[in-house]
Amino acid sequence: MMSELLDRLVRDFAVTDITERPPAITTLKVSKENGERLIRELRDREGFTHLAFVACTDWIEDGLFRLIYMLHNYDSKQNLGVHIDIDRDNAEMTSIHTLWAQAWTYQRELREMYGINFPGSPRLEEDFCLEGWDDMPPMRRDFDTVKYSTERFGHREGRVSLEPRDHMQVQLYPTRGGDK
Amino acid sequence: MTKDLSTEATLENAGLSVEDQQLFSNARPRAYEPYPIKAVEDFANWARANSLWILAFGTGCCSIELRPLMTARFDASRFGVAGRPTPRQSSVFIIGGYVSVKTLKRIVRSYEQMQGPKFIIALGSCPANGGMYFDSYNTINQFDLYLPVDLYVTGCMPRPEALLGAILELQDDIKAGNCDGANRYIEHFDEYKANQKKVIKNWNMPDYNW
Repeated sequence: MMSELLDRLVRDFAVTDITERPPAITTLKVSKENGERLIRELRDREGFTHLAFVACTDWIEDGLFRLIYMLHNYDSKQNLGVHIDIDRDNAEMTSIHTLWAQAWTYQRELREMYGINFPGSPRLEEDFCLEGWDDMPPMRRDFDTVKYSTERFGHREGRVSLEPRDHMQVQLYPTRGGDK
Repeated sequence: MTKDLSTEATLENAGLSVEDQQLFSNARPRAYEPYPIKAVEDFANWARANSLWILAFGTGCCSIELRPLMTARFDASRFGVAGRPTPRQSSVFIIGGYVSVKTLKRIVRSYEQMQGPKFIIALGSCPANGGMYFDSYNTINQFDLYLPVDLYVTGCMPRPEALLGAILELQDDIKAGNCDGANRYIEHFDEYKANQKKVIKNWNMPDYNW
């Protein structure tokens, strides 16, 4: 049944990179233009009525964000991950808040943590987790979190970091100078 | 002794709208002055030390350690420790672990609403130097830049025994009259406030939460 569906999706929506991970997870990739249409079709016609999560990964080397929409079908117990690549510099994606109301929250979070815009999504500009954030979105991989933390929050003198393995070798075998 | 309030400098409350400024006090906080007779002050300190009421505000993962503290095995009630649901009734604020910027705003607000004399115990490594979250974009690294700390308990995380030891230590300090964190906060109020405002960007509350 799943392979039939996948054949149809390849024909109608030009999905690529189909990966099946038995027993119950399938992922596929679709273009940004077909994304919203595909998800709507899956929800309305194919029984994937549950949106499990919307996530994002930052592929900074390829210059893109990959959005992952994980859908679930309660009848066939199948999970379907829809991957959509969007441009990293002009990060924008069609909002799916009309399909699932809880997508608001995910989209607000993605907006705040990655700076992805979802035009038309409600309350998108409001603060979600961070309050009064005035820097680059922190989950982007080019955000230097150590530098930001040191500049903003300071650094306590006297703080040391020890490699646990080396430290314990010296602790346990002091006469042998840390037996390796 | 009473001061002439009309000549005293007031707070700006610039974070509030003009309408809201009418609703909040803009008076500066004043330092606690001990009783003129030392024996009376000592007696008051003895009483304070034996009725430490902890604000039930868990800021991070170390606040998990507050729960076993109150149950039968460790039973902090032996030392007059009790949990209170509101800052108005509590005298000890235990900073339980890492403090995110968002939490710091609530901590400042709660701490300022507590009635003096009030004490802060910083629990765990994170308030001291950032701990394992030293490189995080939203947790502060040195808690004592923002509020005065009376006692640190190190560890990640400290056992309830350590916290119990800290409470005993705090009691000794209070009885000796050494815990002046709240007064330090008032004396260096402008510095503390500048540090707080440096990290809390959306300051939409009064400068001092009476």
